[in-house]
Amino acid sequence: MPLGTLRATAHHAGARSADVIVIGAGIIGAACARSLARSGLSVIVLERSAAASGTSAKGEGNLLVSDKGPGAELRLAQYAGSLWPSVVAELRTELGPDFPSLEYERKGGLVVATTDAGAAPLLAFAAGQRAAGVDALPVGIEEALELEPELNPAATAAVFYPDDAQVQPVAATEALLASARRSGATVHIDARVTGAIRSQLHPDTVTGVRTTAGEFHAPHVIVAAGPWSGEVAEALGVSLPVRPRRGMVLVTTRMPHRIFHKVYDGDYFGATQSSDAALQTSSVVESTAAGTVLIGSSREQIGFDERLRVEVLRGIAAKSLRLFPFLENASIMRTYGGFRPFMPDHLPVIGADHRAPGLWHASGHEGAGIGLSLATAEILAAQLLGTTPPTDAAPFSLARASLAPHLGSAA
Amino acid sequence: MSHRSVLVIGAGPAGLAAARAARAAGASVTLLDSSDYLGGQYWRHLPAARPAGNEKVLHHGWSTFSALRRELEADAGCEIVLGAQVWALETAHGAEAPTVHALIGPVDGIRRSGRSFTADALVLATGAHDRTLPFPGWDLPGVFTAGAAQAFAKGERVAVGSRVVVAGAGPFLLPVAASLTQSGARVLGVYEANGIGRLLRGWLPRPWRLLGASKKAGEALGYLRNHLGNRIPYRTGQAVIAAHGTDRVEAVTIAKLDAEWRPIPSTARRVSADAVCVSHGFTPRLELPIAAGCALDADRFVTVDGRQATTTASVYAAGEITGIGGVDAALAEGQIAGHCAAGGHQGDPVVKAAVAARATFTDFASRIEAAHGIRPGWTAWLHEDTLVCRCEEVSYGRLCSAASATDSASLRSQKLSSRAGLGICQGRVCGRTVEQILAAERPGGMRDGASTDRRPIVAPVRIGELAAAAADQTSSPTLISTERP
Ligand SMILES: Cc1cc2nc3c(=O)[nH]c(=O)nc-3n(C[C@H](O)[C@H](O)[C@H](O)COP(=O)(O)OP(=O)(O)OC[C@H]3O[C@@H](n4cnc5c(N)ncnc54)[C@H](O)[C@@H]3O)c2cc1C
Ligand SMILES: Cc1cc2nc3c(=O)[nH]c(=O)nc-3n(C[C@H](O)[C@H](O)[C@H](O)COP(=O)(O)OP(=O)(O)OC[C@H]3O[C@@H](n4cnc5c(N)ncnc54)[C@H](O)[C@@H]3O)c2cc1C
Repeated sequence: MPLGTLRATAHHAGARSADVIVIGAGIIGAACARSLARSGLSVIVLERSAAASGTSAKGEGNLLVSDKGPGAELRLAQYAGSLWPSVVAELRTELGPDFPSLEYERKGGLVVATTDAGAAPLLAFAAGQRAAGVDALPVGIEEALELEPELNPAATAAVFYPDDAQVQPVAATEALLASARRSGATVHIDARVTGAIRSQLHPDTVTGVRTTAGEFHAPHVIVAAGPWSGEVAEALGVSLPVRPRRGMVLVTTRMPHRIFHKVYDGDYFGATQSSDAALQTSSVVESTAAGTVLIGSSREQIGFDERLRVEVLRGIAAKSLRLFPFLENASIMRTYGGFRPFMPDHLPVIGADHRAPGLWHASGHEGAGIGLSLATAEILAAQLLGTTPPTDAAPFSLARASLAPHLGSAA
Repeated sequence: MSHRSVLVIGAGPAGLAAARAARAAGASVTLLDSSDYLGGQYWRHLPAARPAGNEKVLHHGWSTFSALRRELEADAGCEIVLGAQVWALETAHGAEAPTVHALIGPVDGIRRSGRSFTADALVLATGAHDRTLPFPGWDLPGVFTAGAAQAFAKGERVAVGSRVVVAGAGPFLLPVAASLTQSGARVLGVYEANGIGRLLRGWLPRPWRLLGASKKAGEALGYLRNHLGNRIPYRTGQAVIAAHGTDRVEAVTIAKLDAEWRPIPSTARRVSADAVCVSHGFTPRLELPIAAGCALDADRFVTVDGRQATTTASVYAAGEITGIGGVDAALAEGQIAGHCAAGGHQGDPVVKAAVAARATFTDFASRIEAAHGIRPGWTAWLHEDTLVCRCEEVSYGRLCSAASATDSASLRSQKLSSRAGLGICQGRVCGRTVEQILAAERPGGMRDGASTDRRPIVAPVRIGELAAAAADQTSSPTLISTERP
């Protein structure tokens, strides 16, 4: 991108133009706004509702390497994992002790096979990860029971991932956004983007957006609208194959801590890496600092349908008992859920839109957007500023071959 | 004669009246209540094993209730399922009524059995629970909600204390004080937060309308006589703004309030007491109507038309979830809802009296709101360390500091950052309080459209109970969703 257009102008709260517009104040938009504002650019964030009210407030905050096989997403997750500890420390210093805690914890994950047939594939998957530099330690069942005394002793194989960590996703989103504001970014809530403003000379070029709160101008517009990015892209005149994939999580009442790591059943891999639209559930069980146990999660493609489906709850509940039989008498007091931004080829889109100069994307992170947010922002900022991305950005390009069949024709 | 099936949830005055009217119109009826007894909030009574000598004295309208109960229990066309906690409601497509999932058996029993219900029409009559605003010391033993105190007095025949203060807002403080004295407690006084001016403006603009509610007026008179007889002072424009004590309540601070419910500092005085019963109004139980997709009105009650039909096809609502009007309003609405759910019309002669009664008592409901509704100044009696959310132990100070740190306009975000409303009661006690405090902190209010009334899981359900049904389900194709592509 020609960066001569960047003015790094002094920016004031009422400004309607800036160097960059970010659409969406979820964790991806917040992280992008922070990275760009800290590089000295003026940034306007446009959010149709309130900040941290979309997917980033409706899922869990696992920062995982354990669920990713060798490849581009794993490399992104490894890079992301290296960023979290220092960014959390920076945010804590910057925002002070009154800011809600990000609850960052590298508590480690234990992946467990619950069937004979599941044991060998789990161990093979872990071997592949080790070759790609992941700390994936096969442990015997006895050792697994030492790590997790309440685990179902009928487990058939287990792998420990010391690098699996977590944050509180809402606090992380708010903190990144607060930090962006401190670096000069402005956030407009109640501003729904409804269309693009294009250059008169070069009608492909995007120079701003129309919103329900008026027009905003910038030479760079980033779509970070989570599962709604497809909709937003369409309003801006381009197609983007992001679709919602619903997920539900069950929350128990508080209890004494009896689960110490993130514990998953091996089926999880099947679910994350499949495109099957039908309901899938796999167990991810962990205790929170507050004493509740979170049990996730389901994956199904049913559009933006938010209605409760009891069948889904039942499926998640049944799976969790295969890992922790003692949960039978635990009570579910609440559920929550949202729509993961799903991509047909299971990779996020990070970078320029080759069809519309000035337009950028940071979307489609499916069930890993919390974890990948910081890494996404660093890559996008580097591309936008014309510096070398910290990790290979090519696999996330909108122009990649695996997306070509899904892009349709640009409007 | 209708051959419809009607499912009624809630066996308080509204649900009982709905069940009887639906039966009278020829429908087959199933009536569910989580309690082990019929009667709801109003007709709480002793278990059959411990009959009380004098139910009539303690329960207004006891004969109405006895008749309803007798009739329904003797009717083979009405299946009554008690101890049935509805924990989820799933909506269907089109005009079909939703599916209702219940767990049946004692809450603390090992494993309740699950049962799912559908019917041609659904009547929601889940009532309301009383709302208590927090104040310093409200978490001490000896502080009761008025509803709990009344349940003790009426159901258990136990006096909650020997020196009792009743405080809050609303006409139902009076019957509570009456029940307390009947159970042997000494009520030191009833403190109504609203000043006499507002009470008069609320109750008196159309006094002739009140005559229509003669039963209600008679009831009020009865209470007043009881008060005078027992010399219970009734004070307006005053509130309990703190409770004191180490292990339990030993004293309370009472102060005069201004019209916006801000305490006037120079008027605070300490009174020794061993129990406080507080109620500041009601919160309708909206989980099921929200799950059913029913629209709510500006005051956050279920919107209904003349037939008591909600905005969701085949779903009707009656009683406190449509407005706080007292038992007579609940009975009238219930009757109309049941009749129409069974296929009848609101113009039918059998419901003529109920339609007229509803008009009178709905007026009563709007007077209650005008005279007794909560005013925003009450937050001035909170201290930094006053707990707002008791389940998660979130203080007023922490809620406000988290809110100003993130400056977020997302209610969801504020709850998750402060943990207010995330505990076992799921915000039933503190939800609206948290919303009001946050709205007061932020001029534009919360912008994410989230509501603390929304609880897709209506009551806690054990994982074993869920999983058991998952195993059964494989053989029951009707329960598998039709939504999969
Ligand atoms: C049940 C569940 C569990 C999950 N667990 C994890 C996990 O453990 N770890 C992990 O890393 N990830 C997890 N995820 C995924 C993660 O939540 C998402 O990948 C991430 O939140 C996406 O962030 P986002 O900023 O792209 O989207 P969002 O947070 O949805 O933000 C997009 C924003 O754009 C706004 N917007 C939409 N349209 C417009 C418009 N027209 N104009 C202006 N603004 C608009 C929206 O209001 C929204 O605020 C989970 C997701 C779910 C549903
Ligand atoms: C302290 C107090 C004093 C009052 N005094 C008076 C008075 O003197 N005069 C007067 O007219 N009114 C009085 N009222 C109001 C009166 O109690 C109500 O108007 C009346 O009970 C409303 O009837 P209802 O049928 O709408 O609800 P309720 O009587 O509350 O009945 C609702 C029923 O639904 C059941 N239920 C709710 N959710 C579920 C679920 N998920 N699954 C299964 N079952 C469920 C409940 O167990 C309950 O039995 C008083 C109320 C209170 C709290």
